[in-house]
Amino acid sequence: MTALLISLLLFGAGAVASLVFARCDRCLRLFGAGGIILGSVCGLVPAIQVALGAVPQSLRIAWDVPYGSFYLRLDALSAFFLVPIFLICALAAIYGTEYLEAYRERKALAPPWFFLNVLTASMAVVVLANNAILFLMAWETMALSSFFLVTFENEKQSTRQAGWTYLVASHFGTAFLLVLFVLLGKSNGSLDFGRFNPASSVGALFLLALVGFGTKAGFVPLHVWLPEAHPAAPSHVSAVMSAVMIKTGIYGLLRILTFLGPMQAWWGWTLCAIGLSSGILGVLLALAQHDLKRLLAYHSVENIGIIALGIGVGIVGLSRDEAFVAVAGFAGALLHVLNHALFKALLFLDAGNIAHATHTREIDRLGGLLKRMPGTGATFLVGAAAISGLPPLNGFISEFLIYLASFKGAVSLGAFGSVPMLATISGLALIGGLAVACFTKAFGIVFLGQPRSECAEHADEPNLAMVAPAFVLAAGCALIGLFGASVVRSLGPLISSVTGLQPLVVAGGLAEAANSVERVALFGAIMIAMAALLSLARTKALARRQVSMGPTWDCGYATPSPRMQYAASSFAQPLTASFRMLLQTREVLTGIEETFPQRAEFHSHTDDPYRSYFFQPLFESITRTMAFLRPLQQGRVQLYVLYIAVALLVLLLWQIA
Amino acid sequence: MSQVINSLLVLLVLTGFTLLGSSRLAACIRAVGFQGLLLGLLAILMQDGKLSAAGVLLPLTTAVVKGILLPWLLFRAMREADTVREVEPLITYNVSIIAGTAALALTLWLGQRLQLPSEPPSSLLVPAALFTSLAGIIVIVSRRKALTQVLGYLALENGIYAFGTTVALRLPVLVELGILLDVFVGVFVMGIAIFHISREFDHIDTDKLVALSDVG
Repeated sequence: MTALLISLLLFGAGAVASLVFARCDRCLRLFGAGGIILGSVCGLVPAIQVALGAVPQSLRIAWDVPYGSFYLRLDALSAFFLVPIFLICALAAIYGTEYLEAYRERKALAPPWFFLNVLTASMAVVVLANNAILFLMAWETMALSSFFLVTFENEKQSTRQAGWTYLVASHFGTAFLLVLFVLLGKSNGSLDFGRFNPASSVGALFLLALVGFGTKAGFVPLHVWLPEAHPAAPSHVSAVMSAVMIKTGIYGLLRILTFLGPMQAWWGWTLCAIGLSSGILGVLLALAQHDLKRLLAYHSVENIGIIALGIGVGIVGLSRDEAFVAVAGFAGALLHVLNHALFKALLFLDAGNIAHATHTREIDRLGGLLKRMPGTGATFLVGAAAISGLPPLNGFISEFLIYLASFKGAVSLGAFGSVPMLATISGLALIGGLAVACFTKAFGIVFLGQPRSECAEHADEPNLAMVAPAFVLAAGCALIGLFGASVVRSLGPLISSVTGLQPLVVAGGLAEAANSVERVALFGAIMIAMAALLSLARTKALARRQVSMGPTWDCGYATPSPRMQYAASSFAQPLTASFRMLLQTREVLTGIEETFPQRAEFHSHTDDPYRSYFFQPLFESITRTMAFLRPLQQGRVQLYVLYIAVALLVLLLWQIA
Repeated sequence: MSQVINSLLVLLVLTGFTLLGSSRLAACIRAVGFQGLLLGLLAILMQDGKLSAAGVLLPLTTAVVKGILLPWLLFRAMREADTVREVEPLITYNVSIIAGTAALALTLWLGQRLQLPSEPPSSLLVPAALFTSLAGIIVIVSRRKALTQVLGYLALENGIYAFGTTVALRLPVLVELGILLDVFVGVFVMGIAIFHISREFDHIDTDKLVALSDVG
């Protein structure tokens, strides 16, 4: 615990130092990033130890706040979430030292470093807190510090808009959490996690947690802030937010589940339904996007959906005493938390490199970047394959575990119980296929072909600090993919602490799953070997011949221009057209009408259906109905004093009468 | 003794009406200062003959600060801001006095209903104290000049002080001194602020701050 306290103090020191040395650019980079990196390294050691099965540690310091105590506890679940938090934040800090340089002339850089330190510390406290007051305070600090990071470029109208959307969504979620914790602590008058004693209405508590934490995690339809906030934030912040911050929602949900006693089957059904809608809608909307970071943000919604599917399958398994279904479901979900943290951070950092080099995030203005930015391109390819769930990378392992759990459940749970399992299997397959299509589009349009604009043509690989973190993350993806079986076996302590199953049962289930993973890994290895052999054979065969370079097939055009290449929307069109019902893509086409056409245009735009058909009308009607309150705000000091005086008098009279 | 206390309390109420009905700033300042002197006297008289050094010195300090020092500061602010009377209050003086009468009726009723931890030395004390506070609030709400607002604030504080003498006759010396210092610094800062506002904007009308509102 001492190491963790030191790491929290280092984050604090980093935050203070970045304010003190606001004027000195070099000190700012040194202390701002240094606090995060040193603190993370310091905290990683105990986190990894406990995640792998060391004894949980706790620390309790009395605190003056009513019902509050500074009570930290590091058990397997918190440790497992701490590992990606520390890892991603440290890498993002390294990346940020270089990324923020581009803003040095225009903006003060002390606030982003201050808030990044605060954000890291608050995320660590969120997963460590063992008291509801401390948890909520850290939760709010996390929301506010990330709000200030999102609104870093606050001179842009769109960024301010995104910031407000995020702030409103955050507080919407926190309101539910407040009620949740009060209800949990009511029966025995203590807000310490260990002493929670759920009242009779466990189902209501589950729903409160689902909405409260689901808003942070980005479950559909509460995801609307994600595609706004992630593109607006600086790229290393998007990486931290998307990779680890939204996972605190998953952490909170799992933590609350451990308090609620025996899990009920309908929770699993609900989570499966949410997972399916988040996963499918997320990937479909991603497919329709033109902005690279917005596309990645929708993929976060998709991956949170996959995690929810895993948890849902696990809960159904637990409620029906199917140990293997429960173990493999939860293991898949939790491993996907770690995996998504790795590849989503990787993809956001690469997207940052692209934005940094080309000053645009419009996919349709890019192209041919693989030759110009080989490091970014190679790591992006790894990340894209991993997020699509392709073997032999890490995304495959976690999705495979969820498949295993659902197949087992579909066979053994009987006609009724197998419904969510079959839905999960087909949903996961659909999500996986669409994700491959989406990343084929993203990688193909951005990195292959010819540059579609000036800015893409003159792109250059950024410097080492911005490329190295991506390589570390890519290596992480590959390692978990290659050593999937051992990773799965090491999840034992974590899974038994979440599910409450006997460690022996969990170990048995995990060993069974690991065996299957091993067999698949063998096939993966064979595939890699064959690909290597083929490429070797190709080099051999070509060595003896004359090789000439020519243009790719040009459809018979005499002088094709880069603008004639497939665009992002044309590539995705066959798929988006078949899901037109869900996506409601708006297309504007000024067609070719005359014999000698002058000019034709085509635009397509896909709004978030929940934003434009649900939340926007809802908030507009709230504004309309509340409009009668507007005259209350007159700007007269006298009137405000009158309001206060009248309110106090009315309260006094009410109390007396 | 209670006769004296009661007549002092009636005087307190009457100064409240003076504050509500007078347009001249000088008269208002004198009224508030007179309230301060009355309060000091009341606090000494209410100790029922068990006089101690602190029991006399503290009310005396209160009387000096509230009755002499603060009015002096306010007179200075008035001269610096070059204003003599409150022109065009938001509600007329007649309406102010009617509102004051309503407030007095309300407080008399409240005085009967309010449960206090200890019996007040006079049945008039609670209504008089509450009325002084309400009069302060009415002044704050209905006047334009920043200086009058300060006077309202002082009257509000005087009411609270009078109320405090019933509930906590034996407040720790330190707390009482702290409150006194608080009020003094408050008025001092407000005096400076008024001076700067008037120099900057050529007036001290608070309702011109409406320009800072975000409603069109």
